[in-house]
Amino acid sequence: MVKKGYFGSWGGAFIPEVLHQTFKELEEYFSQAKNDPQFWQEYLKVMSTYSCRPTPLTHAENLSRHFGGAQIYIKREDLNHTGAHKANNVMGQGLLVKRMGKKRVIAETGAGQHGMATATMAAKYGFDCTIYMGEVDVLRQRPNVFWMEKMGATVVSVKDGSRTLKDAINEAFRDWVTNVDTTHYVFGTACGPAPFPEMVSWFQSIVGNEAIEQILAQHGRKPVRIYACVGGGSNAMGVFGRFLDEEGVELVGVEAGGRGIDTGKHAARLCGSDASPGVAQGYRTMFLQNDDGQMLETHSVAAGLDYVGVSPILSDLWERGKVRFESATDAEVIEALDLTMKKEGIIPALESAHAFVQAFKEAPALSPDDAVIINMSGRGDKDIFTIAHAFDDPSWKKFIIQRGLEYSKSK
Amino acid sequence: MHLEDRLINMRREKDILLMTHIVLGYPSFEANREVVRQMVENGVDCIEMQIPFSEPMADGPVIMKANLDSLKRGTEVKQCLLFGAEMARTHNIPFLYMTYYNIIFKYGEKEFIDECAASGITGLIVPDLPPEQSDGFFSYAAEQNISTILIYSPTSTDERLAELDKAGSGFIYCMARRGVTGSKSELDDTFDTYLQRCRKATAKPLAVGFGIRSREDIAALKGKADMAVIGSETIRLVDAEGAGSVGQFITDLRS
Ligand SMILES: Cc1ncc(COP(=O)(O)O)c(C=O)c1O
Repeated sequence: MVKKGYFGSWGGAFIPEVLHQTFKELEEYFSQAKNDPQFWQEYLKVMSTYSCRPTPLTHAENLSRHFGGAQIYIKREDLNHTGAHKANNVMGQGLLVKRMGKKRVIAETGAGQHGMATATMAAKYGFDCTIYMGEVDVLRQRPNVFWMEKMGATVVSVKDGSRTLKDAINEAFRDWVTNVDTTHYVFGTACGPAPFPEMVSWFQSIVGNEAIEQILAQHGRKPVRIYACVGGGSNAMGVFGRFLDEEGVELVGVEAGGRGIDTGKHAARLCGSDASPGVAQGYRTMFLQNDDGQMLETHSVAAGLDYVGVSPILSDLWERGKVRFESATDAEVIEALDLTMKKEGIIPALESAHAFVQAFKEAPALSPDDAVIINMSGRGDKDIFTIAHAFDDPSWKKFIIQRGLEYSKSK
Repeated sequence: MHLEDRLINMRREKDILLMTHIVLGYPSFEANREVVRQMVENGVDCIEMQIPFSEPMADGPVIMKANLDSLKRGTEVKQCLLFGAEMARTHNIPFLYMTYYNIIFKYGEKEFIDECAASGITGLIVPDLPPEQSDGFFSYAAEQNISTILIYSPTSTDERLAELDKAGSGFIYCMARRGVTGSKSELDDTFDTYLQRCRKATAKPLAVGFGIRSREDIAALKGKADMAVIGSETIRLVDAEGAGSVGQFITDLRS
């Protein structure tokens, strides 16, 4: 029998004693909410009135024609409030926090999308809010930092370790163990100690629930494949969950191949052979680590995929062969982004563009009668600095230099 | 002799025992060697040696930095175990390892415990391994006469304290407050009430740590706890004044 909080041998709650009671309470509130149909109704209502749910499923006709294979459909999580799937999880946890009667929320963020969503939720519900973000990510996702601060959140730039997502998570845990009585840690992805993986996946299941109805209505049949990028795995769990037991639907998770899997500069845990089982950040999963169990540095052009661990639920699905894992390199991602903008007028986040890369590779070999769904986890506006840099855009550079000069003169 | 009995015997001679903490490989193994020597010569009763981990979740800035710096210098688990064995051979006080579970998991639980037993290490503190998450770790350690020290927190309910008492061995480590290692703890009335709850829940020796750093702190713990734990403070001291300053600091703590 599988132990509570485990998915096969993955998951668990490896937490310091000071959090024991808090996790017990969180478990209780979560299981109450899960068994209360009114809670889900309340959640659906918030998501449809405050966010933009249901998000559309867009038939990418030009891309489909371009590749000449399967019909490509895009699930538009970019149209969610704050521009990513992160809002689904955050608004759900916000409702739980209200039930728990806590007044302060903290969160970690990589790409800044989860921090944005949390700051937004905190503003709406009137919670104090602190966001932990690795210094490297603060530098590459400056626009999100600006918005978080404007919404009243305190953004703490974490200068330890690799100064990316995992270090932000460690720092958020340090805050939590100090302030457990008043504070809820809004975990951003389907990772961390139980019940977070299950809870985050539950809130994200709204994506797949909508997608199945939409594809049946628009295409008349189930999709043959679904693609989602995988950082921690929350958007993937969201869109995959509803289809796990649907026959004939293949689920494909796309990890960050960075500069290439063989360069060591990537964040591919389930695809490739660089990861091994480990226990860190409160749970057991596949981690990128050395033989001593020390976590390795990761790399991706997309801050939100740049993480050493992965959802324990995905580790289990990977082990059982229920999800196929692939990776996309930074260069492929920029190319797919370029094509998607030109052909469809849609700007995927760099994270989401990983899923597009794999779909583009596979679509041509499929029949035009078949449909594939790409889960577009977020929109690319936040990545404007990174994307402009990658495109080496001369007029953008000129603009930045001009602005810099103006600011330095006005000092 | 089992760690618990050893501590009880030592406690008969002193009104409070002292446990100190070092991070292996920080600032260097040579410095560790000198620091341990000074600690033992000046009356420290027990030493926890932290095997560094890249994600020291329960540690504050001082110990975290020491972990990361040690790893940056190339410290490996094998070197830590060799050093620990050397200390246990050289000095006649109990030595423990403190580390996070992944280090032990990657090494192999049984292999790690066997290695501790063979090299005279008496106990283990693993802050991210609650007993309910472990299958065979606690029982195998007990078979090999290695104590597994569990932690009490001010947030633990009475029921939980009793549960932890049953699962652990050697002594109980009481966190003086919520939070991570390093910042100052107030040893006030709330703390006393909490410590009384701890005392009631276990017959094992009680160690108190987290923010204990001065002679006043130690004095305040006498009669209430069996052992005081000095963690971040000696690391700060070695950073500021070098390994040579530790001896005097330790002597002053109990005078
Ligand atoms: C737009 C976007 N997509 C995907 C991710 C990756 O997260 P997950 O794997 O949990 O979906 C992030 C994370 O920050 C993100 O911002």
